Amino acid sequence: MTQPATPSRPAGRRKFELDPRFESYKGVWVFLEHNEGVVHPVSFELLGEGRKLADQLGVELAGVVLAGDGTAARAFADEAFFHGADLCFTAIHPVLAHYRNQPHARTLTALVNAHQPEILLLGATTMGRDLAGSVATTLQTGLTADCTGLAIDPENRSLAATRPTFGGSLLCTIVTLNYRPQMATVRPRVLSLPTRDTSRRGRVVAVEPDLAEDEIVTKLLEFIPDARRDEASLAFADIIVAGGRGLKRADNFRLLWDLADALGAEVGATRPVVQAGWVTADRQIGQSGKTVRPKLYIAAGISGAVQHRVGMEGADVIIAINPDPDAPIFDFATYGIVANAMQILPAMTAAIHQHMAALKKAV
Amino acid sequence: MHILVCIKQVPDSAQIRVHPVTNTIMRQGVPAIVNPYDLVALEEALRLKDQYGARVTVLTMGPPQAEAALRKALSFGADEAILLTDRAFAGADTLATSYALASAIRKIQEDMPIDLVFAGKQTIDGDTAQVGPGLATRLEMQLLTYVSRIDGVDPDTNEITVQRRAEGGVQRLRTRLPAVLTVLEGINDMRFATMADMFRAARYPLVVWDREAAGIDDVGKIGLKGSPTVVSRVFAPTARAQKAEIITTQSEQPDDIVATLLAKMFTKHPQLRAAIRPRLA
Repeated sequence: MTQPATPSRPAGRRKFELDPRFESYKGVWVFLEHNEGVVHPVSFELLGEGRKLADQLGVELAGVVLAGDGTAARAFADEAFFHGADLCFTAIHPVLAHYRNQPHARTLTALVNAHQPEILLLGATTMGRDLAGSVATTLQTGLTADCTGLAIDPENRSLAATRPTFGGSLLCTIVTLNYRPQMATVRPRVLSLPTRDTSRRGRVVAVEPDLAEDEIVTKLLEFIPDARRDEASLAFADIIVAGGRGLKRADNFRLLWDLADALGAEVGATRPVVQAGWVTADRQIGQSGKTVRPKLYIAAGISGAVQHRVGMEGADVIIAINPDPDAPIFDFATYGIVANAMQILPAMTAAIHQHMAALKKAV
Repeated sequence: MHILVCIKQVPDSAQIRVHPVTNTIMRQGVPAIVNPYDLVALEEALRLKDQYGARVTVLTMGPPQAEAALRKALSFGADEAILLTDRAFAGADTLATSYALASAIRKIQEDMPIDLVFAGKQTIDGDTAQVGPGLATRLEMQLLTYVSRIDGVDPDTNEITVQRRAEGGVQRLRTRLPAVLTVLEGINDMRFATMADMFRAARYPLVVWDREAAGIDDVGKIGLKGSPTVVSRVFAPTARAQKAEIITTQSEQPDDIVATLLAKMFTKHPQLRAAIRPRLA
């Protein structure tokens, strides 16, 4: 989907030549995000992609771990090696036990200034976006948010980051001129997970962060874990049934929930449907919502605007139900049914119930 | 308390269409709106004003037409509005935008110090969520992003306590003012504008600042020149070579179509059978 069609604004008008002070900037870095003792999968996805970028550039891939204690940091560093890193920078200090903007931004900025990577990648999560915006501003460098694709421009070795634009109607490729590091955030589930290879090893580079708790203004009072883990279950669901404006009314979402129960699926929605208040914002799939990679995606009454497409086209199998035979969703779905979703959904729910009943009998 | 709310006028992206033949954006007739996430921030600021008493100033950077966004904010109850507009700001990326806004905010502070800067979670046209963090860094204020609830402000200790959305849970954080807050969608409902405020908004003499008025001397820091990132190309997503296999039956009955589809799918993608794990009703 990322093949250029009409180049509109050539970047050639501005110089690509790198300032000599940036020539020492080498290597690709991935910030390893961890919450409650677990590395966020987006960090592994980034290591997989970072590996390709580093190989193309002929440089090393490094993980960056900021943690409160050494045992956890060592385990996270090992995971970075298993997922493709050559080395891992670890900064360990009790102040870094929980994420806070000020100490994390200060530590990561100091690391970048000391060890000078050419590319720094973070997950486009609430943590990654908070941290990346601060670090890029202090470093006065370019940051491209929410990318859907990363590549190296073979002509000038710069990072070409592709992301949707104009509310997801078009895609654009963004480059950072004459500033280092080139920073980008990528959303969870946009990139595929690399294979975990526990035989891989790497070197740990431990740095001493210059921090003291009494210098940190913001205090964490408590962490309240979610009772419902909706976010995780949608992003990592095997089957998703999603609805768009073609479902006409909020009531008709009941048909989706019925099918979701029959399949053991999660329910997703497009932005207009969320804006209309038919479902909660945590179920929104697309550029301004979540990115998903299920095994099966059933799109009911969804036209397939790019805004939505970028969030779900990584699905293995896509079934599209739409009465308009010219709807863009049919250009990239696996199977299409040209019909009203309100009629097809109940039939599908019944068929799945039958299918499961038949399986049970056979056993 | 002095609260500043940063807003942006954006095209209503739900109404943007791409020309099917030329693959270019059809801008004509697309209405301009206040970025919906910024209205959540404005409402949160107005609630603090109701509760603690505050002056609420709204700031936007944009073309002269962005005046409409400021008047909208005034009609909801903002006290002051400043439009930052200059051709030199055009083409700014997030770094150049936060530079210009931070300069204007420092200028506003000369008149009255600011305790809280509010911004939306992100815009619906850029979707970057980077300007808020950029402002906090430049203004050396504490940063609290993705705020899902303001628990309270303590005027004696000059502290604010908020809940912040994080992965898998919510952080309760306390910080000292001044601070920059970006707020999550869906945490409040925007109030209705009163007739009195609507009249006041229409008559309000807008403060309009150009680059010089905002105290910006270095043109190399703003607009296209001050932007480290450039768009190298814009393109329409291309269709996959393989289009959807359209399932039809002679009867055209939903039951038959679905049966055909499932038979085909389970044959071609047998791994999907194991993915089905029905929930008990």
